[in-house]
Amino acid sequence: MAERSFKKEVQQLRIPAGEEFRGEGILAITKALLQSGVGYVGGYQGSPISHLMDVLADANEILQELDVHFETSASEATAAAMLAASVMYPIRGAVTWKSTVGTNVASDALANLASGGVTGGALIIIGEDYGEGSSIMQERSHAFAMKSQMWLLDPRPNLESIVQSVEDGFELSEASNTPVMLQVRIRSCHVHGRFITKENKRPRYTLKQALENPVRDTSRIVLPPASFTHEHEKIQQRWPAAVKFIREKKLNEFFDGDVEDVGLILQGGLYNGVIRALQLLGLADSFGNSRLPMYVMNVTYPVIDEEVIDFCKGKRAVLMLEEGQPDYIEQNLHAILRKNKVDTHLSGKDVLPMAGEYTTAAMKTGLEAFIKAWRPELLTTHEAVAADEVAADAVAAAAPAAAKAKPAGVPITFHPKVKDLAEVVPPRPAGFCVGCPERPIFAAMKLAQQDLGPHHVSCDIGCHLFSILPPFNLGATTMGYGLGAASSSAFNVKSGKRSISVMGDGGFWHNGLTSGIGNAVFNKNDGVIIIVDNYYSSATGGQDILSSRAENADRSTKNPIENAIRGAGVKWVRTIDRTYDVARVRDTLEEALTTTTDGPKVIIAQSECMLNKQRRIKPIFTKAVKSGQRAVKERFGVDPDVCTGDHACIRLSGCPSLSVKDSGDPLKEDPVAHVDNGCVGCGNCGEVAEAAVLCPSFYRADIIHNPNRGDRLMAKVRKAVIGFLQRRRASRQAEYAL
Amino acid sequence: MSKIVFHPGTPIKIAVLAMGGQGGGVLADWIVDMAEKAGWWAQTTSVPGVAQRTGATIYYLELLPESDAHAAGKPPTLAMMPTPGDLDLVVAAELMEAGRAMQRGLVTPDRTTLITSTHRSYSVTEKAALGNGIGDPNKVIEAGLEASKRMLAFDLQALAEKGGSVISASLFGAVAGSGALPFSREAFEETIRDSGKGVEASLRAFALGFDAAAQAPAAPARIDTSRPAPDVPEKAANPKVDALLQRVKREFPQAAHGMLVAGLRRLIDFQDIAYASEYLDQIAKVRELDAAKGGEAKGWALTQAMAHRLAVAKSYDDVIRVADLKTRGSRFERVRKEVGAKADQLVYTTEFMHPRLEEICGTLPAGLGRWLENSKTVGGFVKRKMEHGRRVETGTLTWFIALYLLSGMRRFRRSTLRHQIETAGINAWYERVLKNAAADYDFAVEIAHCRRLVKGYSGTHARSGDRFARLMEAADRLAGQADAAATLKRLREAAMADEEGRQLETQLGQLLRGAPAEAGFTRQAA
Repeated sequence: MAERSFKKEVQQLRIPAGEEFRGEGILAITKALLQSGVGYVGGYQGSPISHLMDVLADANEILQELDVHFETSASEATAAAMLAASVMYPIRGAVTWKSTVGTNVASDALANLASGGVTGGALIIIGEDYGEGSSIMQERSHAFAMKSQMWLLDPRPNLESIVQSVEDGFELSEASNTPVMLQVRIRSCHVHGRFITKENKRPRYTLKQALENPVRDTSRIVLPPASFTHEHEKIQQRWPAAVKFIREKKLNEFFDGDVEDVGLILQGGLYNGVIRALQLLGLADSFGNSRLPMYVMNVTYPVIDEEVIDFCKGKRAVLMLEEGQPDYIEQNLHAILRKNKVDTHLSGKDVLPMAGEYTTAAMKTGLEAFIKAWRPELLTTHEAVAADEVAADAVAAAAPAAAKAKPAGVPITFHPKVKDLAEVVPPRPAGFCVGCPERPIFAAMKLAQQDLGPHHVSCDIGCHLFSILPPFNLGATTMGYGLGAASSSAFNVKSGKRSISVMGDGGFWHNGLTSGIGNAVFNKNDGVIIIVDNYYSSATGGQDILSSRAENADRSTKNPIENAIRGAGVKWVRTIDRTYDVARVRDTLEEALTTTTDGPKVIIAQSECMLNKQRRIKPIFTKAVKSGQRAVKERFGVDPDVCTGDHACIRLSGCPSLSVKDSGDPLKEDPVAHVDNGCVGCGNCGEVAEAAVLCPSFYRADIIHNPNRGDRLMAKVRKAVIGFLQRRRASRQAEYAL
Repeated sequence: MSKIVFHPGTPIKIAVLAMGGQGGGVLADWIVDMAEKAGWWAQTTSVPGVAQRTGATIYYLELLPESDAHAAGKPPTLAMMPTPGDLDLVVAAELMEAGRAMQRGLVTPDRTTLITSTHRSYSVTEKAALGNGIGDPNKVIEAGLEASKRMLAFDLQALAEKGGSVISASLFGAVAGSGALPFSREAFEETIRDSGKGVEASLRAFALGFDAAAQAPAAPARIDTSRPAPDVPEKAANPKVDALLQRVKREFPQAAHGMLVAGLRRLIDFQDIAYASEYLDQIAKVRELDAAKGGEAKGWALTQAMAHRLAVAKSYDDVIRVADLKTRGSRFERVRKEVGAKADQLVYTTEFMHPRLEEICGTLPAGLGRWLENSKTVGGFVKRKMEHGRRVETGTLTWFIALYLLSGMRRFRRSTLRHQIETAGINAWYERVLKNAAADYDFAVEIAHCRRLVKGYSGTHARSGDRFARLMEAADRLAGQADAAATLKRLREAAMADEEGRQLETQLGQLLRGAPAEAGFTRQAA
């Protein structure tokens, strides 16, 4: 069960042709796949296309009705290899993942796929995790398209264009026997918009037909001599076929402007931002009408020489807006213009940033510099020119009231009071959720290090990577998904201390079993590996994996990690089935770090992801209480008069619901710990306080809903005795009250 | 080339800043639904990713009347992200997120209505500080007044809770009440009804948010961050207590009355009247010295500091004290209130205690305690048997009576080992303050305040005690130096900077020994 359900939204996939669809980008892409007659879909979840996988999973019924096979691939490499079904058979297939990381993993299969070429359309939908909101290294997927010769689509970010390019992508792939990558940026995946639908189509050739009528052709297999032929095919046949298709079908767009001697060339995905930047300069309206002509590359690879030359002819200068680096397209344009002796000036990263996201503000600055150099009079039609300086001067002169109303696009971040905010506005990176079962693992690791000294800790990709942040500050490197243990492999030398590696269950099944565990067994690594088993692929949105405990009608779950690890040859394995037992996790870790047993020491730390658990049990609890059943709810609290305001508990927890508040005691100026209503009663605070021997301020409150007769009787007896004693003591306090 | 015709129509631009899980997405979706229903073109984008896990995140919306699109003959091209300086409405679901919006330049004086909840959700760095790490909320209010066209700030979290709902509902109400969007209250409420989930509670929270915004003053008031001063009553009912109170009023400067009364209250509660009286005697000596050293001109800083720190020091947190606080009737009621228990529900608490040998010995008579602590055989046996985590169910008769009896040991407290140890420590510090006050008043005040470091239980208490001891050591070396007070203050701040005492050690090394930085390998930047 994924974190977000799209059961309601997927009904939009059924709306009949000609009607308006309104919704999120990922849902529109799914609809476009169905409209294109896709035969199979696979992929691996990860932001920003996690929800695309969730939509597909929730739409499985609709997919099955249409004979579309969907599966959650074990990794991006698996997904890419899945496209092999389109090599010999005229079946359209689509796969999706987070990029560039997913493309890195998939690139072996992609390179083989691109070498032999495809018969049926093969579409790779990549969620380009770049810029604000990204969680990975900042790179471009563009290079993969270039190196393996796959075409790269980067459509304008409105649903109509995105849907159109899914359909175009399949056709282009078939027309040129080449896999096609469709790049969608983070915000495009989540943009809410609209488009007019077409009818869903069944695949024209099914997987069943293919299985029953197998076809093979050695010339499509990557092995000499065919592999040498493939390279020539790419250049002599597939490339020209693609160029022809792209030109004929007008996949790239030309927009007229009334300024004739300068123009803009841009990646389709940047279009809306460019229009807004022009608008802020007074050169466009809200409907895409621009004074500067534009050549919008919805296909960013290959670059169509003829189109570039046509656009540049008669222009003194053009500006290339290309996000990220290296500036592959700009370099390509320079070559095209020079080879064809076109003397139009080409600007690009000289006025725009070489690295970093192309925000509207960044593009506005670049456009302004370009226009100032070539057609400065265009800017004077609008008072926005030099507005920044005007506003800054006004504030500097301490006469804000006298400042004229400023045009749009003038931030006032230079104001001293706004600048001062840097002292108080805290960084707020993502972190472990309330009640997260991974938190106690790192609290235990911190305590183990207090006993045994600091150790080298290798991290992995997943929620557990939040361990590197305060308050835990644990972990030295992260080398990729499932590679936590692998990244400790060099530390396989005799030493007084062992390395500690962390790996999530998602990464474990993705590749960690072989790259980490198998490798450690084979090379006789003596290190400690902690596998965080929280029942889901949690960081990507709580999707099921092999070892999930959920009943899943479409997948095989409940395959224990321990069996796999023992199967791989690990002798020292400890499974802890409740991570909140901080003392036990600490003791187990200390044992692993000190035992004399050779070979890798693997600790499987299991507890269900709290986000998913709450979603699962909350409705059950509420229902039980409503029906009058006895139910006990646990939550934690802190006695403010016992707490001394030292916050050691917070430094070992960091739970969002464990906060601070004023003590209310004039003698206690430091705020005391406080548990807010978000508490889910996981027990971590109490366990930490106990294991670390911190303080007795924490308490667990058991709230008995619908107490039964026995409960009430017992309460009565207790109240009689306890109440008497309490009143006795209170009277002494009242006597000496001041 | 053709002449390009520009069509009128400028979208309304809105940014919602929230933390993952706060419901910023729900709010954005509501605005889209409402706008679309009213015949607007609406677009929303966001960057959920790992940001959905408690991190700061932003939702961006643009709204444009469909009639404008019809007139233009094509759909609008709307931006995917907010542009600094180009927003009409910024909604922040937490106060510091409003600050972040301003830092990002999203708030403009001639354009932007800034609506923010004033409640705080403290960041880890704020919470984890050894002392008080909370940022000043009024910096955000002050900046907002300058940066925005209009700022509306109130506790929308509290209003949401009052309505039995979540903050997205009260924020939606505040947006409606602010009049920043051209939609009627009915249109807003209809949207909530159409969503079909928790409608009644959402509408209640919506109404509270709406009223707060509709009646909001032109400029929000500053947030009161002052700490309540202890009240000084006219007289006390018990004649012995009253005698102490009157002595405070008679013998001590008014500036110190509040702290002294708070101290008396704490110590009577902790031990008895005699103990409180002893405290007053000790402060009287300080006051005398303070007067002699021109304390009046310094606002009686020394008397005030000692009135505060000595009371805390003397009411050290021992097992007896904890047992007392945990078993009080007022505590049982407070817990019920805090967990929001209804009248028909039963509440039981479980305490997490981990007595160490030190605590056990501390509660015994000094001689016996010291013998046990030093006895390898018996002490080791007790350590093995007793020293482990205990879940104490205070609501059960056995545990309650055990704790009650333990708290009753107050009457023997003065003879315990712990009392002996604490008193020795307190006296040494007290004498040090008095000794230095004669030569360097400000320095003595700083020494007094160093006691702030001593807090916590068990291991934490021991670590804080070590840091305090290091400071006292340093104080003895600093005595007589010209900048002793300022240096000690800096050291105290360093001691509060990190738990491991790294900063303190570095500073101590530099100040007292002139030691160079530790040798190691470094990595060049990038």
